[in-house]
Amino acid sequence: MIELSLRELAQSLASRQISSVELTRLYLDRIARHNAELNAFISLDPARSLAQAQAADERLARREGGPLTGIPIAHKDIFCSQGWLTTCGSKMLSNFVSPYDAAVITRCKDAGAVLLGKTNMDEFAMGSSNETSFYGPVRNPWDVSCVPGGSSGGSAAAVAARLAPAATGTDTGGSIRQPAALCNLTGMKPTYGVISRYGMIAFASSLDQAGPLARSAADCALLLNSMAGFDARDSTSLDRPIEDYSRELAAPAGSKPLAGLKIGLPAQFFGEGCSPTVMQLVDAAIAEYRKLGAETVAVSLPSMELSVAAYYVLAPAEASSNLARFDGVRYGYRAPEYQDLNDMYCKSRAQGFGAEVKRRILIGTYVLSHGYYDAYYLQAQRIRRLIANDFTEAFRQCDMIIGPTSPSTAFKLGEKASDPVQMYLSDIYTIAVNLAGLPGLSIPCGFAGGLPAGLQLIGNYFTEARLLNVAHRYQQASDWHRQCPGDYA
Amino acid sequence: MSLTLEQVHRVAHLARIEVSDAEALGTLDQLNQIFTLIEAMQAIDTRGVDPMAHAQDLAQRLRQDCVTESDQLTQRTAFQAIAPETEAGLYLVPRVIE
Repeated sequence: MIELSLRELAQSLASRQISSVELTRLYLDRIARHNAELNAFISLDPARSLAQAQAADERLARREGGPLTGIPIAHKDIFCSQGWLTTCGSKMLSNFVSPYDAAVITRCKDAGAVLLGKTNMDEFAMGSSNETSFYGPVRNPWDVSCVPGGSSGGSAAAVAARLAPAATGTDTGGSIRQPAALCNLTGMKPTYGVISRYGMIAFASSLDQAGPLARSAADCALLLNSMAGFDARDSTSLDRPIEDYSRELAAPAGSKPLAGLKIGLPAQFFGEGCSPTVMQLVDAAIAEYRKLGAETVAVSLPSMELSVAAYYVLAPAEASSNLARFDGVRYGYRAPEYQDLNDMYCKSRAQGFGAEVKRRILIGTYVLSHGYYDAYYLQAQRIRRLIANDFTEAFRQCDMIIGPTSPSTAFKLGEKASDPVQMYLSDIYTIAVNLAGLPGLSIPCGFAGGLPAGLQLIGNYFTEARLLNVAHRYQQASDWHRQCPGDYA
Repeated sequence: MSLTLEQVHRVAHLARIEVSDAEALGTLDQLNQIFTLIEAMQAIDTRGVDPMAHAQDLAQRLRQDCVTESDQLTQRTAFQAIAPETEAGLYLVPRVIE
């Protein structure tokens, strides 16, 4: 049961081979057994989940099911969920029971999904290892002494350990793709604006985008179908025709299903900085793509090497503004003792935020302050334009770009925790995609020393369906994505 | 460039985050490492490049300036139920004007 695809689960539910209550209970039991070790979930509410499952069963009995009716889905704790504790991994929101649903929660509900639980994450999505969570680090199911990646590390660990059939995540600089790579999952960040950010707690609003984390491209397509769509409540939501992101997957696969596809290999993805073992696996995946009929061409993204620098100006700048709302007045943590109003703000924020969040707020405040705005903030925005232009140029020569998702496999807990710069560099291959606003996904491409590695596919704007199809063809020809960590089979 | 301890305190004040002297010292060191990374940007000549504020070059949507939410009283009650301190529908903060 735990290895079934979302489509197979939907069929099993529709034909009443299994009920949603049974399925939900199965996953709740697995969570009860394994969560103490992995720490993938922050909040569970079995009674509420089972009540939703019961309602789903009633709809299924009336043959009123939607595409996800009765399927339990885990949501990253960044999505406001009515009646659920919604912490964003922070002490600041450790008492925040959301009075409303995020758009992603509403849309998954409308598609019939059961809310299985809220997953652990780096505090306010700021991190690449899940070690900045107020609720403690998440452990990687492939090796519990390693990190699962971040910031959607709880979602990734939950799906990898088969504690949930699929999960949602968010990606500001790689926070879906990097944990997908480190946990042997398929994870997609769509084009900026495809999924509503309404009710998704903001980190860097011009970069934040939600997306699915699942065991296959086909599952991601199905979940993306439910998550995507215009929403007037998000001023950056794009009003586009509704798409079926799985539409290309059913096409018959000949021996060369990707004939005619031009894959760009940017020099900057294949230089120094990537571990040789990960690079070997990426090279092997590219060879497989050639077998499937794709042609490869060399391309260049010359400004990409500045993406981390530009990102660590822009994202903290936006974060310092977004996180100004946490002042201990309307919701969230308020310090127990203070002298006056200003002292209440300063103490509530000092006690409510963790070290990494404070660090980024301070960077952001500094780069936006008088005298530094032009040198840092505007310069970073200009470099952002150069990076986006590089991609535009590259996509004149190819349909899709391929490279590693992360420069290494999962690293040990604590290994980079005290060195912010080393931690930031673990997103070197993913950040440029957010700066440009492009869609990207990560798929499993093999193992090094027992730990999974990820292959990153980047497409031009709005090519999600194509990307998912190209990922799907690889997954028809390989079985890396089917591997399950031994202790959780 | 590198920051001074005084600048760290100044920025922390602007961000309304209390930092002790010991914390400021540790923060100074880490911020300076991060700024060394960021400084790489300064080597690039970006004259004539338009700053890119957003992933999509779209104008903001406009809407009528009118109330869109219904049942405000119930909503206010729900939203204030999670506030640290309220009274008569208002959020309470320490006295500002004596």
